[in-house]
Amino acid sequence: MENGFVAIYWRDMVKFFRSKALLFSALIQPVLWLVLYGISMSSNISLFFPQGSNPPGVVSVNYMTFMAAGVVGMTILFTCLYAGQNVQFDKQYGLMKMIVVSPMPRSQILVGVTLGGITKALIQTTIVIAFGYVFGVHFFNGLTIVGALTAMAGVLMFAVTFSLGLMFLSTAIAMRVRDHNVSQAIITLLTLPLFFASNALYPLDSMPTAIRIASDLNPLTHFINGMRYFGIGPDFYSFGVRYSTSLEELFISLGFLVGFNIIMFLVAVRAFETTKEF
Amino acid sequence: MQTDGLIFLEKLKRHRISDWLNNPPISKGLQKVGTRINCVARRWKYVKEYAVSVEGLSHSYGKLRAVNDISFNVEKGQIFSFLGPNGAGKTTTINLLITLLPIQIGKVTIAGFDVTKEQNNVRRSIGVVFQDQRLDRDLTVWETLDFHGRIYSLSKNTRRPRIDELIELVELTDKRNEFAKNLSGGMKRRLEIARGLLTRPQILFLDEPTIGLDTQTRRRIWSYIKKVNKEGVTIFLTTHYMDEADQNSDAICIIDKGKIIANGSSENLKNSLGQDRINLQTDNDEKAVQLIKDVPGINQILRSSEGLIIHLKENAYLTPKIIDVLRTQGVEIISVNLMKPTLDDVFVHFTGKGLGEASQEGMGQNLGQQER
Repeated sequence: MENGFVAIYWRDMVKFFRSKALLFSALIQPVLWLVLYGISMSSNISLFFPQGSNPPGVVSVNYMTFMAAGVVGMTILFTCLYAGQNVQFDKQYGLMKMIVVSPMPRSQILVGVTLGGITKALIQTTIVIAFGYVFGVHFFNGLTIVGALTAMAGVLMFAVTFSLGLMFLSTAIAMRVRDHNVSQAIITLLTLPLFFASNALYPLDSMPTAIRIASDLNPLTHFINGMRYFGIGPDFYSFGVRYSTSLEELFISLGFLVGFNIIMFLVAVRAFETTKEF
Repeated sequence: MQTDGLIFLEKLKRHRISDWLNNPPISKGLQKVGTRINCVARRWKYVKEYAVSVEGLSHSYGKLRAVNDISFNVEKGQIFSFLGPNGAGKTTTINLLITLLPIQIGKVTIAGFDVTKEQNNVRRSIGVVFQDQRLDRDLTVWETLDFHGRIYSLSKNTRRPRIDELIELVELTDKRNEFAKNLSGGMKRRLEIARGLLTRPQILFLDEPTIGLDTQTRRRIWSYIKKVNKEGVTIFLTTHYMDEADQNSDAICIIDKGKIIANGSSENLKNSLGQDRINLQTDNDEKAVQLIKDVPGINQILRSSEGLIIHLKENAYLTPKIIDVLRTQGVEIISVNLMKPTLDDVFVHFTGKGLGEASQEGMGQNLGQQER
């Protein structure tokens, strides 16, 4: 006996690693963000934050390190939201019919596709962190090897938790929406506010209240909180702004992501149950 | 803390005991035996009964009733052709039978399993080849089959030898590692048939298996289908090619506007038209008509460029009699041709239109249906 989700996952991975273009763009895109946006922002950061010097004696990090966490979050966001589209393609090419007339429970499709998305997200997270060192990103600064590995485990735990909910969401959209153009449009529409109404690229303290509230309800913000907590530290300065995250706040962020996952899981289950035509 | 733990353990034990008392292992064993007997009984029943049995099946999309109270049976081991113009309800019916659409009204039994209640057993008993190609372009021939085996939970040891066997059957051995996107239309179809057979189904559903293929490939595909059928697989197929249905099927069912309008063997259907025709060429058609118009059993005599066409009322064996009458009255007979009705005639007779017209007319409707 073999579980069907393994087959779905296997196929996803085979196609991902086989398609050089897919693999290359998945790996190069986050690095390009880091290089193009990171370096140009870093060079101008003193213009935007003229008083942005950090007080002496505190942990301070450069803008590259600060925004690298945001780039990781963005990469996971994009990758996972688009990974669910595999389901849409299966529907479009009629493969989904083949799968749904098999005795395999439909939940296995969700599990397989979700695992595929998470794997891609984790590979990309690792790539961004690794490449980051070349461009002046200093994650896990001053940690021993054991400490760095533990912190990396923390980062990956947050990455998994974050991508899980996103995968449920994107798979649900792909399953429920019949037209692939509509499904793409919905996802594109989602990514933009999710990315910009968050703490990915800039501090939120001086933002209008509405955006601050939106950002607090944004799972990306909570992932980045966790990412920065483990990658940089609980208390640091960057271009004159202090970022401190207490253990309680860390758990609130984790709790938020778990809650997000539960809701998205229910949405996905509902989408799978109510879809009758493929 | 410790006492809490103890209480919890105690509760757990008690729960287990009560569970055990309520549902002793002996009764579980009996239940298993019962299920087993049930299964065997059902198998036995299936052997005695039909591969597919449909009773009072209806299906509507909103207000449009695509399938309207149809009933038919397919005997085990048959090649069964399901014919009808586009938009007649063929695809809807197949989708209902293969559990792709939920049953709204009616009862369908596949391989002895109820489609509503025992979906998974039905799914395990059938193989499906859909009308339009459903292959993952980026997987190889071998991977396509392997993936299919995996979603049906076939173990590696079961599926690998079967895959080799099937690749050989459909003669794709040298294309084993070719991507599906690089295969020709006929090869793709063969791969799909191999895939449909991988799970050793009792019933194979083929929706237009030979559509869009050249004559040679069609013939080859049919030879696979027959080979498979000889091994005991019941074949349920739809096709547009009347000649194929006529030559190959044991039973034919014609559906039009959601209703079954004819059902039987090809021979019976053709005979039921009762319209054998005699094509007669003589040296004096006028005189011939005068002479034979009163022979009992003749329905109608038409004059055409190819001579006289005599429609007979039923399968009356009138040729000798007509020849006799004409000869004795001195009319020279140049040629006599006895024409049996074809399946095409049957189709036109029952649907009121040829397949060609029907497809044109039904096109818009059919497209709408596929969208659904």
